[in-house]
Amino acid sequence: MILYLGRRLLGMLGVLLAVAAVTFTLFHVLPSDPAAAACGKACSDERLEAIRATMGLDAPVWRQFADFVTGIFTGRTLGTGPYALRCDVPCLGYSYENSEGVWDLLVDRLPVSASLAAGAAVLWLALGLTAGVTAALRKDSLTDRALMVGAVAAASLPVYFTSVLLIHGLIRLTGLLPYPQYVPFTTDPPAWASNLLLPWLALAILYAAMYARQSRDAMIETMAEPYIRTARAKGLPRRTVVVKHGLRAGMTPVLTLFGMDLGGLLAGAVITESLFGLPGIGRLFHGALTTGDQPVVLGVTLLAATFIVVANLAVDLLYAVVDPRVRY
Amino acid sequence: MTTLPPTPGPGPAPGPAPTPPTAVAAPVHPADGAWRLVRAELRRRASLKVSLAVVALFAAMTVAAPLIGALGGWGPEEFDKSAVDPYLGGLPIGPLGGVSAEHWLGVEPVTGRDLFARVVHGAQVSLLIAFAATAIVVLAGTTAGIAAGYFGGRTDAVLSRLMDLTMSFPSLIFMIAMMSVAGDVDRILLMTLVIGLFGWPGVARVVRGQTLSLKHREYVDAARVGGSGPWRILARDILPGVAGPVIAYTTLMVPGMIATEAALSYLGVGVRPPTPSWGQMIAEGVAYYDTDPMYFLVPSLCLFLTVLAFTLLGDALRDVLDPRGSRT
Repeated sequence: MILYLGRRLLGMLGVLLAVAAVTFTLFHVLPSDPAAAACGKACSDERLEAIRATMGLDAPVWRQFADFVTGIFTGRTLGTGPYALRCDVPCLGYSYENSEGVWDLLVDRLPVSASLAAGAAVLWLALGLTAGVTAALRKDSLTDRALMVGAVAAASLPVYFTSVLLIHGLIRLTGLLPYPQYVPFTTDPPAWASNLLLPWLALAILYAAMYARQSRDAMIETMAEPYIRTARAKGLPRRTVVVKHGLRAGMTPVLTLFGMDLGGLLAGAVITESLFGLPGIGRLFHGALTTGDQPVVLGVTLLAATFIVVANLAVDLLYAVVDPRVRY
Repeated sequence: MTTLPPTPGPGPAPGPAPTPPTAVAAPVHPADGAWRLVRAELRRRASLKVSLAVVALFAAMTVAAPLIGALGGWGPEEFDKSAVDPYLGGLPIGPLGGVSAEHWLGVEPVTGRDLFARVVHGAQVSLLIAFAATAIVVLAGTTAGIAAGYFGGRTDAVLSRLMDLTMSFPSLIFMIAMMSVAGDVDRILLMTLVIGLFGWPGVARVVRGQTLSLKHREYVDAARVGGSGPWRILARDILPGVAGPVIAYTTLMVPGMIATEAALSYLGVGVRPPTPSWGQMIAEGVAYYDTDPMYFLVPSLCLFLTVLAFTLLGDALRDVLDPRGSRT
């Protein structure tokens, strides 16, 4: 088990290194020159060189990359002379736009994205699994059909479409909910929840639909297993059979999906955050793209990759808990 | 490092749906069974006919957008100032966003460009990218999957690592970053490549699993004993066995591709104006949601219908071609 964990953690580091390397290369292969952008229109060659040096862009790519990676573990000083900036561990560089540390920017935005992802995940799991399991247990009934038609339709709705409808329907027409404005959980939990309810819904509808389909399939498959018949033949109450025997094994594929989705969502809710004006990581990313703020883009990419690999590991470990047949 | 989700020992393969009762009714002939089942399925499910019609319609648009677009009499980039009201901030004149005999689906606010022409040409861009990306994914995924499954050993180890690595990339974030960093390149081509780049591991896994289960079947062994070389076996014995799941998986992948293209265009990193694409039209339409809902609804509905139709079609194909499924 410990050995397995160690191997996985090492593998994770490898993946993150690869992601960083690819992102880094990308910026250099594709035509873009942040120094020229920072220099502006009235730019002399000497000034451009100076800016390049400050940004560390004059070094060869592999050197820049090595500096970047060591910076994460040891911190580093960016630039030279009076403009030198000290960047503490974990140093992800400084934003070109507002000279803030990328790490600080990310830490600053993380609670918003985490709130969005967590709430939406709870909502979609509750909705999706309930719908999926209900449909599976009443296979081919009217309920099943209605739920599945609804799920197929909902899964086809793009998130920006649902969001606009929700904003229009629930905010402007009825005035039931406030226009989302992020309130930190620590200051006012009810306000936090009521403000985030709409974005949660917008995200959850899409995922709930997918999960309903997935869990219905998984559940039908599981309930046809011989050991379910055995459990039933032993005279166990239906509830026990469904929950303890059926759900537990049937949810393994759903768990895989959940890990990937949740990991991806922490930085992947770019559209939702932009539409609802939530100052999360997705919006930071979108903003950084429009201004060509490469350190921030790199930072967000790395963070997103970290979430994905961590979520994957968590899921694999959870398997052992959920499914007694899995051993490491 | 992400590993493959552990398949629980000798137990059930996670996920796949048993065939809904509609699919099993027709008699199965192993040789030409698939197409017979497809036809039977078509007769049974009305929704399938509709989705097939929708898919055919949009596919026709993809192939012959200029011809179909010309039916309306307007080009996609042709301005019609007489259709908008300059005193109302350029809102379309007439009911439902300017629907008239001349402009079948109304016009775009401010410019007066014909929505029908733009939607048709947008379909071409959106679907072309989705189809081309799918083709790349299928080709790359099948090749990698067969190679990994059939040759095993080091080939398998390397390819599987590569699949894990690709799947750990925060794909949406990465696609957005790539698209926005790229300057004046062929946007459509780049987008196709970028979307395709992150899709292949899914197919590759399915194919790998299928190949593994096929490679020691009696008929393959027989071919081997009979003196067939590896290439002949791959082409004549393995590939046909893999085709069913791949077709089903592919059809279910198309809606995701379309949605991704739309999302990228929506975020403004996809195809550049004036070339129309659905995502981009929806993004512009959001601003006019109150004053000219048609402008928002028309492309949204097109997107919704296409995604829905492909999902239904994919579901049906999976039931027929891949009843025990090979989904994650």
